[in-house]
Amino acid sequence: MSAPTLSIRDLTVDIPTRHGVLRPVSGVSYDIAPGEILGVVGESGAGKSMAGNAVIGLLSPPAHISAGEIHLNGTRIDPLKGEAMRRLRGKEIGMVFQDPLTSLNPLLKIGDQLSETMLAHLDISQSEARTRAIAALDEVGIPGAAQRVDSYPHEFSGGMRQRVVIALALCAEPSLIIADEPTTALDVSVQAQIIALLKRLCRERGTAVMLITHDMGVIAEACDRVAVMYAGKLVELGPVRDVLSAPLHPYTDGLMGSTPLASRGKDRLHQIPGAMPRLDSLPTGCAFHPRCPRASDQCRVDPGPAIEDGAGRAACFFPINREAVA
Amino acid sequence: MSLVSVRNLTRIFDVSKPWLNRVIERRPRALLTAVSDVSFEIEERTVYALVGESGSGKSTIGKMLVGLLAPSDGVVDIRGVDLSRETDAEKVDAVRADIQMIFQDPFASLNPRWRVRDIIVEPVAARGGETAGLAERLLEQVGLSARDAGKFPHEFSGGQRQRICIARALASEPKLIVCDEPTSALDVSVQAQVLNLMSDLKDEFGLTYLFISHDLTVVQHMADRIGVLYLGRLVEEAAPSELFENPKHPYTQMLLAAAPKLDGFGREVAPPTGEIPDPINPPPGCAYNPRCPLAQAVCREERPVLRNVGGARVACHMVD
Ligand SMILES: Nc1ncnc2c1ncn2[C@@H]1O[C@H](COP(=O)(O)OP(=O)(O)O)[C@@H](O)[C@H]1O
Ligand SMILES: Nc1ncnc2c1ncn2[C@@H]1O[C@H](COP(=O)(O)OP(=O)(O)O)[C@@H](O)[C@H]1O
Ligand code: SF4
Ligand SMILES: [Mg+2]
Ligand SMILES: [Mg+2]
Repeated sequence: MSAPTLSIRDLTVDIPTRHGVLRPVSGVSYDIAPGEILGVVGESGAGKSMAGNAVIGLLSPPAHISAGEIHLNGTRIDPLKGEAMRRLRGKEIGMVFQDPLTSLNPLLKIGDQLSETMLAHLDISQSEARTRAIAALDEVGIPGAAQRVDSYPHEFSGGMRQRVVIALALCAEPSLIIADEPTTALDVSVQAQIIALLKRLCRERGTAVMLITHDMGVIAEACDRVAVMYAGKLVELGPVRDVLSAPLHPYTDGLMGSTPLASRGKDRLHQIPGAMPRLDSLPTGCAFHPRCPRASDQCRVDPGPAIEDGAGRAACFFPINREAVA
Repeated sequence: MSLVSVRNLTRIFDVSKPWLNRVIERRPRALLTAVSDVSFEIEERTVYALVGESGSGKSTIGKMLVGLLAPSDGVVDIRGVDLSRETDAEKVDAVRADIQMIFQDPFASLNPRWRVRDIIVEPVAARGGETAGLAERLLEQVGLSARDAGKFPHEFSGGQRQRICIARALASEPKLIVCDEPTSALDVSVQAQVLNLMSDLKDEFGLTYLFISHDLTVVQHMADRIGVLYLGRLVEEAAPSELFENPKHPYTQMLLAAAPKLDGFGREVAPPTGEIPDPINPPPGCAYNPRCPLAQAVCREERPVLRNVGGARVACHMVD
């Protein structure tokens, strides 16, 4: 296997508050290989965005990385600050967020935004940058790219804007893309277009992708592997087909079961009782234990096993024994 | 007899710029047809779902049903009373009291300064009805506790707030509840809880739902009958099994193909082409014709009418 593009080890993010320290990300480890799409899934508040923002140095204070390491192409990047981090972000890591307008300057023509980014990070001329900007827009499926290059962001539909953002994220030829809910605000037909585009471009270029989403269907169709998060922790990590069709962690199992698709033909949906705990009142032991049908006394006191990348798949004392189930 | 009968319902919004701008910029008036000639019936004690992408007119239809918006044309008939033409105020009031609505955003739809008790009984109190113990009883019915009546909305999670909205909707003992994306803001495990609750309440109180959602999987689970909207027009209507196993309208087929599948590992399908057109200048003929793989000359000239095709109703020239 080739060396990973991104390697996260024991990543922990803390938020000091007047009432104590909150820990939205706790001891998370995973790798993403070149050309691989890793899905990060979990319900809101699981810490998915915090983990992504930690990688790109976009945690808003007082949130900060309190432990762990992040390596990009073999170089440790978590200690980088200010200008060094900004350069890395533009050149080596591309970003796509839920709202395309957060990534676009409303006052600049989209062609100029693309050119600016390329000129800052690639050794090319002004006219070369413009040619490449048009090619980039064409590649992401903007009809009439040669004319549209001089349009402003507000002149595009939501789906077209997200295409522009993808062009922008990829134009400096980064080795990693972090896409945080890139299709959550879009209709399903537009979502299908954007996901297909992201998949194709990253495969062609060997870009590693961290695809953050709460949508299990998107994970199934787009990702090679999936990381399931719950209350700041990684609870299951493995190949997408294995994790989704035969989950080992009771939370993954419950999540899959409660999607209407999985209960097709049944009168009632499978239910996990309760809701994700708040960070200021995390349960002791395994954070999932109050909602878990398999919890024992041990789960109530012991935080449980952590996942080492490549070793165990589920962070659980009593993972679902698939052989016994089958 | 059906509880609700919607006939040729149309709603047009005037989205013109102010008069002076129009004169200076020489622009014509701009009229947006949000809902165009939509007809359907909802049988008592069933769930009728409207599904479609954003801007397809779902909420506008819901609002016309509960009387929050007036139709530009057409009829909303509930229990035999034509709500926009009936002149007997008492009759209209009686029907209105039978209809409630639940919205997507349980944060926006609860007054933050009111206690939960007052929020829940408000529709009943407004009519001078008996409210003693009502909130407590309803809270238990929706899976919360009677003690929650004294709390404020901010003390609850999103799912719990949606339960409070449901309790409020139930307070006036309605027959019909219009549910506009009731679980779209909720996480999937919480969504499952709320959908199960809604199914239970429907059975218990003999309710009828107009269930509005953009989520095909939710609609498939909840509905007895599904209407698919595109650009304000009803393009197909069928029972869930029929619609999902044998979609007939090219738009429905595209929508189903585009929806991600839980077992669609590495699925590579050609994504849909094009985008939803501008509702101010919809394409002539069938609104789907610029994106439709089957389109012929007739599709660009004549608007297809909704016709019976087997157990379904379909508005397409090329389906028979
Ligand atoms: N500035 C902050 N102060 C306190 N808690 C925060 C702050 N920002 C985020 N959180 C909490 O951190 C947790 C993780 O958030 P996030 O990473 O956004 O979750 P996700 O992206 O999985 O929905 C949540 O419980 C959220 O409430
Ligand atoms: N009050 C309004 N004024 C002008 N246009 C409106 C108004 N309400 C809705 N629309 C337009 O009507 C169309 C249908 O909207 P809506 O019923 O909200 O769709 P949906 O609920 O399916 O997303 C959209 O094009 C929308 O922009
Ligand atoms: S009427 Fe014509 S354009 Fe419209 S959906 Fe049918 S075949 Fe396609
Ligand atoms: Mg997030
Ligand atoms: Mg709506």
